[in-house]
Amino acid sequence: MSDGLTVRELSFNYGPKQALKDVSFSLPRGQFCALLGPNGAGKSTLVSLLTRLLVSPKGEIEIAGHDLRRAPRKAMADLGVVFQQPTLDLELSVRQNMAYFAALHGMPLKGQREKIDAALDRLNMLERSEEKVRALNGGHRRRMELARALLHEPKVLLLDEPTVGLDAAARHSIVEHVHDLAEGDLCVIWTTHLTDEVRDTDHLLVLHQGRLLANGTTRDVRGNQPLPDWFLSQTEVTA
Amino acid sequence: MSGWFLVMRAIVGREFLRFVHQRERFIAALVRPLVWLIIFAAGFRAALGLSIIPPYQTYITYQTYIVPGLCGMVLLFNGMQSSLSLVYDREMGSMRLLLTSPFPRGWLLFCRLLGSTTISVVQVYTFLGIAALVGITMPAMGYITVLPALFLAGFMLGALGLVLSSFIKQLENFAGVMNFVIFPMFFMSSALYPLWKMAESSELLRDICALNPFTYAVELIRFSLYLQVNLAAIGWVTLCTLVLGWLAIWAYDPSRGLMKRKGG
Repeated sequence: MSDGLTVRELSFNYGPKQALKDVSFSLPRGQFCALLGPNGAGKSTLVSLLTRLLVSPKGEIEIAGHDLRRAPRKAMADLGVVFQQPTLDLELSVRQNMAYFAALHGMPLKGQREKIDAALDRLNMLERSEEKVRALNGGHRRRMELARALLHEPKVLLLDEPTVGLDAAARHSIVEHVHDLAEGDLCVIWTTHLTDEVRDTDHLLVLHQGRLLANGTTRDVRGNQPLPDWFLSQTEVTA
Repeated sequence: MSGWFLVMRAIVGREFLRFVHQRERFIAALVRPLVWLIIFAAGFRAALGLSIIPPYQTYITYQTYIVPGLCGMVLLFNGMQSSLSLVYDREMGSMRLLLTSPFPRGWLLFCRLLGSTTISVVQVYTFLGIAALVGITMPAMGYITVLPALFLAGFMLGALGLVLSSFIKQLENFAGVMNFVIFPMFFMSSALYPLWKMAESSELLRDICALNPFTYAVELIRFSLYLQVNLAAIGWVTLCTLVLGWLAIWAYDPSRGLMKRKGG
């Protein structure tokens, strides 16, 4: 059994429209997994199901060994999330946003300040801790959200298209940093529709029209073709 | 300190911070009832005629009569304002952060309700203070006994706001709440006129007002301000709070799907 993330026969419908159909995969900790799919593939639906914003009557999700349906508190406590849409309070300072999140996870006040400092420092954001979030640029806001998602030391980190809207330098920096994180003890799931964010050594899940099209190491999945070509041919997207 | 209390402290604290950052909201919430009290009611000083109705022991001026209704108005508008900020939070994404907390959703919603209601109560006391400054006073002990009534009525109206926020898909649709919820609830209640006065013009209107939960919220505040207990009002407001609270939890249940309309 995976101690990272396991999904079994997960399906979901929006009324008559099927968004996910029998999706199953298992990811261990210490691995970077790219969840690749074109727009409308079902990535956001999967993220909503993994974060319990939606619940499906069909299928199972286990986060760090905890069944999301039967033990939601334990499962959610082991999950860190960076949503595609920013979830920061612009009127609060970086530190106040971090403290709010810490409280939402029931983190004790004792030692909280040190943990916030350490989390911000890892992302080179400590010197900005007293600034209002409104004053930060897009790249810094994203780094802050990443620092926040790691504050409660989750075992699984889920990032939903986290580079949307970032410039090339900020995008490169965050892609590199999260790859480094996965070399530790963290199971990282990174959803994207951009093939250049995926490395050959990453685990790759390809979602298309609600079905899992590929599940394996990127190198094995793409075979002899460059990943962008393989992806386009499989998802029938014309450039 | 237990995690549950930490969550409550954080959510209530955030509501207060947001309130402090929006000074114009505080001023607007005060100006509205004060305009009714000082300008509107001044012209109707003798509107109630020769009548003594409970909980009053003597003849009262119209300005004295509408104070509890205006307290209710502050709670009503604030409950809807809270609903508006929930819709805003959802559009801005910060609602996701709240809902992905490991704590039960019912507890998170209750904390949110407690935060917005506490702010409403602070505003009501400020209003009562200004009313006292212009000479419209209540019995001294009434300012204390009204506190639980304000919280109960605030919870009911806040829970209504929570329910509405789950059904309002976009911020732009909020204007409809003004037209179809706030105004009918306020005007079809005992806030501005006693129900017997309504009956003079229309029995049907009186009956509709008698079914309006806001009427009972106003009466609960009125009786509490005069150190009296109105069991019917307590019962109705408590029942409505429980039903609306349950509806809010149901509406925010993930299996029902707050964002079910959004595809991926």
